[in-house]
Amino acid sequence: MKVLVPVKRVIDYNVKVRVKADQTGVELANVKMSMNPFDEISVEEAIRLKEAGTATEVVAVSLGVQQCQETIRTALAMGADRGIHVLHDGDLEPLAVAKMLKAVVEKEQPQLVILGKQAIDDDANQTGQMLAALLGWGQATFASKIEMGSGEAKVTREIDGGLETISVKLPAIVTTDLRLNEPRYASLPNIMKAKKKPIDQMTPADLGVDPAPRLQTLKVEEPAKREAGVKVADVAELVSKLRNEAKVI
Amino acid sequence: MSVLVVAEHDNSEIAPATLNAVTAATQIGGDVAVLVAGSGSSAAAEAAAKIAGVSKVLHADAAEYANGLAENVAPLVVALASGYSHVLAPATSFGKNVMPRAAAMLDVQQISEISAVVDADTFVRPIYAGNAMATVKSSDSVKVITVRTTAFDAAAAEGGSAAVEAADAKGDAGLTSYVGAELSSSERPELTSAKIVISGGRGMQNGENFKMLEEVADKLGAAVGASRAAVDAGFVPNDYQVGQTGKVVAPELYVAVGISGAIQHLAGMKDSKVIVAINKDEEAPIFQVADYGLVADLFEAVPELSKALDG
Ligand SMILES: Cc1cc2nc3c(=O)[nH]c(=O)nc-3n(C[C@H](O)[C@H](O)[C@H](O)COP(=O)(O)OP(=O)(O)OC[C@H]3O[C@@H](n4cnc5c(N)ncnc54)[C@H](O)[C@@H]3O)c2cc1C
Ligand SMILES: Nc1ncnc2c1ncn2[C@@H]1O[C@H](COP(=O)(O)O)[C@@H](O)[C@H]1O
Repeated sequence: MKVLVPVKRVIDYNVKVRVKADQTGVELANVKMSMNPFDEISVEEAIRLKEAGTATEVVAVSLGVQQCQETIRTALAMGADRGIHVLHDGDLEPLAVAKMLKAVVEKEQPQLVILGKQAIDDDANQTGQMLAALLGWGQATFASKIEMGSGEAKVTREIDGGLETISVKLPAIVTTDLRLNEPRYASLPNIMKAKKKPIDQMTPADLGVDPAPRLQTLKVEEPAKREAGVKVADVAELVSKLRNEAKVI
Repeated sequence: MSVLVVAEHDNSEIAPATLNAVTAATQIGGDVAVLVAGSGSSAAAEAAAKIAGVSKVLHADAAEYANGLAENVAPLVVALASGYSHVLAPATSFGKNVMPRAAAMLDVQQISEISAVVDADTFVRPIYAGNAMATVKSSDSVKVITVRTTAFDAAAAEGGSAAVEAADAKGDAGLTSYVGAELSSSERPELTSAKIVISGGRGMQNGENFKMLEEVADKLGAAVGASRAAVDAGFVPNDYQVGQTGKVVAPELYVAVGISGAIQHLAGMKDSKVIVAINKDEEAPIFQVADYGLVADLFEAVPELSKALDG
């Protein structure tokens, strides 16, 4: 069974994001970029399936600028077998990404595609569900546990009320939540080995997809700032302020 | 213009988040219809008809809608969408699961988690964990949108008298089946709609210590939440998580106990009206957003707080 893992290159989660002065977006120059944390969880899960003998090959796919190859290399260093890079310089929206991933899936014929539930830059939480729709496959989103069966997978999902378990027919889409696993760090020998693993490069045109965004971003602004608060000396002062000043208790 | 709101419900009651989505729909303008897709869900459909501002309820009742599976609900939404300029759902785990599937089937780029309506085509949404607010304009023929519930007041649950119309079911897609659920049960208010929330972080040290927070919560009529670190460590279940990738809350009062204030946590609570932080590290970033900060050991401060609330 082949597993496909889409990995997105995003601003590292530790970076304090700054809005550009001209309000066209956020500052990307000289900012540390990393693999979307949810995608690290996807890669880890795929590799574990391979280690368990369930998966035979793990293919990492990234769509975007040339440097996405670094993100793919990270997946290869963790243990993915090969990479696919769809080169595109402009902004990509989830629908366009899903369409291109669909074309990749049709070529590669995986039984399972594991995506992150959400990219921490656009916070869209769409791509996996959209890909499932375009392929006509089932979707097990926000997964915290995956049990592979024959022809189906049993997936525990994190939902607002707690946990839900569904059974999904294969081939299927899974999107990962935080509790699915703890991603490994790549070892130095594996980082060296990853340099020799193949990465195929293609373009949106090769996949027959128009990647142009549908939404027009009119402006990007800083959120409203909170007024600086005060420190209270003790619990008594806190309770008094909450009762008499803020009047919230 | 006419807006379809996909209701979240449990077949008997309408989830509060649906009421916030209805308010977003009324701000867009035009008639507001609500879709109730369920099984044995007449009570939910009747409840939807009473929501103020709703002019019509579409009720699809069939076994395949019993558990809100996206593979079954999305084709129904798609079949109905052509009659509407906008299709909305609350940005809950249900809405986030179903709506992008419907959007892709409609060949529409969904707009996730809007926090404001500028006009019928233009919306504001947070990106980068709320560190930036993007104003985006859609030219798709149907706009598919999820709604950040904390950004819109709840519509009145009573006062409307919409007609309930039956909608044809679309059958079982046969791709997924529901196995079961383990839902957290609590007498306390629901986290996302509670007026007061008290959350614990890694500083709580273990699940047992959360009892201290529960005691305070019960005195205040509050819900209990947590940081990711507290959930990952197994102190409390996943549905307690507040943040960028958990729940977004905006209560009157949010009390953060033993939480450092990572950007991903702030994303889920910084729109609260009043924020209190209790942390022993005076440098903790949570103090930068707190209206009232108490630098103290939580194991002393929380029991003291509990006692003070008795007086
Ligand atoms: C992709 C991604 C998504 C994420 N999503 C979320 C999310 O949705 N929600 C979320 O919360 N986090 C999220 N995080 C995690 C986030 O980055 C932080 O790691 C997390 O919020 C830290 O939790 P914490 O504040 O409880 O723990 P810590 O950062 O370890 O802070 C513990 C605090 O407790 C204080 N403390 C310890 N002992 C005491 C004591 N006795 N008395 C008083 N104070 C004490 C310490 O001073 C410290 O400030 C996410 C991270 C990633 C990468
Ligand atoms: N440009 C991209 N390249 C690779 N994977 C992507 C890309 N965009 C989105 N994805 C995948 O889709 C998931 C959800 O992204 P989003 O829908 O943008 O929140 C991510 O975690 C990735 O797995």
